[in-house]
Amino acid sequence: MSNREYTDTELMITRAALELQNDDTVLVGVGVPNLACNLAKRTHAPDLQMVYESGTVDSNPDALPLSIGDPVLATGARSIVPMYEGFSRYLQGGRIDVGFLGGAQIDKQGNINSTVIGDYDDPKVRLPGSGGACEISSNAHRTLIIAPHQKRRFPEEVDFITSPGYVDGREGRDELGLRGGPEAVITDKAVMEFDENGEMYVETLHPGVTREEVQEATGWEIQFADDVTPTPTPDEDEIRLIREELDPDGIYTGGGD
Amino acid sequence: MTKVTDMTNAISSAVDDGDSVYLGGFTHLIPFAAGHEMIRQEYEDLHLIRATPDLIFDQMVAAGCASSVTFSWAGNPGVGSLRAFRRAVEDGVPNEISIDEYSHFGLVSRLFAGARDMPFVPLRSLVGSSLPEHNENIRTVQNPFDPDEEVCVVPPLTPDVSIVRAQRASPEGDAHIWGISGDVVDAAFAADTVVLAVEEIVDTETLRSDPNRTEIPGTVVDYVVEEPYGSHPSYTQGYYGRDNTAYLDWNEVSETHESTQEWLDEWVYGVENRREYVEKLGVERLLDLEPTHDYAEPIDMGRYA
Repeated sequence: MSNREYTDTELMITRAALELQNDDTVLVGVGVPNLACNLAKRTHAPDLQMVYESGTVDSNPDALPLSIGDPVLATGARSIVPMYEGFSRYLQGGRIDVGFLGGAQIDKQGNINSTVIGDYDDPKVRLPGSGGACEISSNAHRTLIIAPHQKRRFPEEVDFITSPGYVDGREGRDELGLRGGPEAVITDKAVMEFDENGEMYVETLHPGVTREEVQEATGWEIQFADDVTPTPTPDEDEIRLIREELDPDGIYTGGGD
Repeated sequence: MTKVTDMTNAISSAVDDGDSVYLGGFTHLIPFAAGHEMIRQEYEDLHLIRATPDLIFDQMVAAGCASSVTFSWAGNPGVGSLRAFRRAVEDGVPNEISIDEYSHFGLVSRLFAGARDMPFVPLRSLVGSSLPEHNENIRTVQNPFDPDEEVCVVPPLTPDVSIVRAQRASPEGDAHIWGISGDVVDAAFAADTVVLAVEEIVDTETLRSDPNRTEIPGTVVDYVVEEPYGSHPSYTQGYYGRDNTAYLDWNEVSETHESTQEWLDEWVYGVENRREYVEKLGVERLLDLEPTHDYAEPIDMGRYA
C-alpha cells in the first residue's frame, strides 16, 4: 500500500455510498455493496432500506452477512416475502431504487456478463449465471456496477449478456421496455458514467491514477469527460466506521489493496 | 390422517429414476438430508431443479445421480464455484449433464405458473439478455392488449417430486414456515408428489393456533419426515445457523472428483441416516450454530364461539 490512508476497497465503498440517498430502497448483495449501504445508513442516509434477493425487506443485520440468505438478514427485518413476490412486487413493481451489480465482463454499454467466458455451449469458463442480476439490471431505477478495473474484465463487447445495460444505446433499452439502466461504474481506478448514447466515459479518476492507466485497463478507446476531476476520497470518520464497526474482522476490506 | 414416515421410506416411495426433482429453499431450509438419502439409494438419471444448486446438487452430481440440472445461479454462495457441477458441465465427469438455465425471476415465474396451472407467465425481464438465445423455454409473445409490445413469457414448471423443509408440521403435513421462504411454497404446490421434512412434528392444535403461518397445507403433502438438523450445513431460522465453515471447506473438499468421493464415502455412504450424520458432526459444532432466542410477540386470533 502507498502512503495514503485508505485502501482501494475502502475508496470503492465510500464512493458507492455517495450514490445512495436517504429514503432509497436498495437491492443489496454481500461484500462491498453491503458495506456501502451500511456506511450510507450510518452517515448521510439513515432511512435507506436494504432489500435482499432472498426476500428480506429493510434488513438491519446485527452481524455481517456472509450470504444474501443469511439468518441475520431475516431477524428483525421489516418484512420477508417469497422470492416470486420479491422479484415481481418489489423489483418489477418499480419499488427498488438502486441495484448493485458486479460481473466477470462489463462492456462499453454497461452490459454485464456473469454467465460464461467463451462460447455458451463450449465455455472456457463456466460462471455461476444470472441469479437475480438480469432482473436487477432490468427493473431497478438505477444500477451501480462495482468491479476491479482490468482489461479482461472490460472488453468492448461481452461474450454473453447476463444483465442488459444500454443494449443498443439508450433508445434500444427503452424499446425493450426495460426500466432505469446503469448509472455509474465504480472501479479501483476511476468512476465511469454513461453519455447520451449509453456509452461509458470516465467521470473521475482516483488520486494518483492516470488516464493512460485507465485506458490500458480498458478494452476499447474509452472517452473522458471534458472536466475529469479526482474521485472524492474517504474521510477519517468513514475509514474508522468501516474498520471498527462495519467490517471489524476485515472479511471484505482486510489484506490492504 | 398421519403421513409421518422416515426419510428412507419417503424417498424410496416418492422418487423414481428419471424423475424431475425440485429441492426447495433459498440459502435457508435446504433439504440436505433428503439429497444424501437419494445418493445412498443410488438414484440415476434424475432431472434436478433448484434456483441455486448449492452444495447439495454438487454432491448429487458428483455421486452420478443427475442427467440434467435446471437452475438460475450455480455457485457456492460467498465462496466461488460449484466444482463438481463444473466438472460435469465442462468435462462430463462423472457423467455428462445437460443444463437448462434461467434467471431467478425466470425460474420462480415458472414455478409460480406450475403451482397455479397457468399456461405461461409474463415477466419484464430476460429481454435484452442472451438467455433467450440459448433456452427455447424463454419466448416472447405480443401483448394482446397492446400490439406494440412484445412480452417475455416462460412455461409452467411441474416437477414430479418436490422436497421441501419447514420448521414444524402436524402429522397431516400442515407446515409452519418463518424466516426466508424463498421458492419453497410454490415448489410444493407445483409438484405431483411432495416430501416435507421438518425439525419438529407438533400436534394439530399447535398448527391451527396460527393459520397465517401455515405456508404449506397438508393437502399438497404426501410424506412427512421429522428430521432435526436435516438442513445442515444450510440452516433453519430459530433452530440453528448456517454452517459457513462447511461452505468454505467444500471449496477444498470438492477440488477433485476423487476428494469429493472421499467426502461422500465418509459423510453420506458412511452413515446410515441423518441421525448418524448429526452424531458424527458432534455436539460442539452444533452448539456453535445455536442462536439465542428472539421470540415474536404472540397474536390474539380471538375465539368467536
